[in-house]
Amino acid sequence: MSSSDIHIKITDRLGKAHTVEAPTDMALNLMEIVRMYELAPEGTIGVCGGMAMCASCQCYIQSTHELPEKSDDEEAMLSEALHVQPNSRLGCQIQILPELEGLEIKLAPEE
Amino acid sequence: MIKTDILIIGAGPTGLFTVFEAGLLKLKCHLIDALPQPGGQCSEIYPKKPIYDIPAYPEILAGELTEKLLEQSKQFEPGFTLGERAETIEKQTDGTFLVTTNKGTQHCAPVVAIAGGLGSFEPRKPLLDNISNFEDKGVAYMIKDPEVYRDKRVVIAGGGDSALDWSIFLSDVAKEVTLIHRRTEFRGALDSVEKVQELKDKGLINLITPAEVTGLFGANHLEAIEVTKADEVPQRIETDAFIPLFGLSPKLGPIANWGLEIEKNAIKVNNALDYQTNIPGIFAIGDVNTYPGKLKLILCGFHEATLMCQAAYKIINPGKRLILKYTTVTGVDGFDGSRKEAPKSVVKSID
Repeated sequence: MSSSDIHIKITDRLGKAHTVEAPTDMALNLMEIVRMYELAPEGTIGVCGGMAMCASCQCYIQSTHELPEKSDDEEAMLSEALHVQPNSRLGCQIQILPELEGLEIKLAPEE
Repeated sequence: MIKTDILIIGAGPTGLFTVFEAGLLKLKCHLIDALPQPGGQCSEIYPKKPIYDIPAYPEILAGELTEKLLEQSKQFEPGFTLGERAETIEKQTDGTFLVTTNKGTQHCAPVVAIAGGLGSFEPRKPLLDNISNFEDKGVAYMIKDPEVYRDKRVVIAGGGDSALDWSIFLSDVAKEVTLIHRRTEFRGALDSVEKVQELKDKGLINLITPAEVTGLFGANHLEAIEVTKADEVPQRIETDAFIPLFGLSPKLGPIANWGLEIEKNAIKVNNALDYQTNIPGIFAIGDVNTYPGKLKLILCGFHEATLMCQAAYKIINPGKRLILKYTTVTGVDGFDGSRKEAPKSVVKSID
């Protein structure tokens, strides 16, 4: 593990928890980390490529980390997505930064 | 029956470029796409977004790329079956494939190229247990003929352009239009948002926000819906129609049942040679295929389409030899009689 990695606990759609190391120096987002570790089948996550134009990377934030505010695009997408909870976010809109060490998320069900 | 040399399933960038490469080899193409216009994701999802990794274009909008690809292949006169989804494929006794769409249009070709991207775009359906009971009995996910709603009571749900635009349009046709959205903000063209505001103020659109449709009722046909506002008691609204417009999401769909080898929601192909699938004569190119090292990039789709056309030529013209020609040297002869070629240089002596 590199010193710039953080740990993220990701609960997949089947309910299994995985703690993964996520690099903070590669301009990655949360959706890309899920794909990197293949925690959701290809084609079921990050469908639009990360433009907040689908909700396939929707996840529930389960820890108390302070996250950047939702952009208008993310708000709009989440207002039309299914299975939305108050703690829903689009993984593609959350950049992996050092302050997210210990973040815990759960993937929303596939639409 | 539509007959062609290469039947392309999917009119996205990879499918459109296939028309050009096939045309250089004198092969005709016909494209089928579930969307009503060519361009695939580029025109449906992000026409106004820039793409930066198309060779020689430092920046190009996805919608512009579609236009340029159409222009590039125009002289090869591709045929289009749009707004229809390729449903079934059948190998016929003469070795050709018969592909039939959901609307019954039949296509016949010796080579099929699946350039289906992420699949066909299907409307996203709200999570209501009994919604399927009312499909075509009051519930519709897209509006094909607005006249169906003349003098009817209509409930539309959604917060994007199509929900806004149809609410505006139907306010003039239907007896009553109710627009329900989970937020008070709408995402759409400014004109549309302002127009809905105006119609609401005039009492021509009944706007309920932030709210969600939480129930559907009716004996056989839809009779009423239940709408719930946050922290409020659900209310019932009598209606003849409920039209949820929540956008489209791609599904691999019927091609998943064509007997092709599928892995990771994509079609496995032979990348050492020609991107052929496990069924000879059926190829898969662009985002829809997978092989070791696959990258879902438009530029990779272009390369795959080019190699696929060489293999298609050999199937269609057995025994014929094929030699690579450069467009700069030989020019481009369109099927429409047009010819593009480099201007001849002048040979003249200087005294």
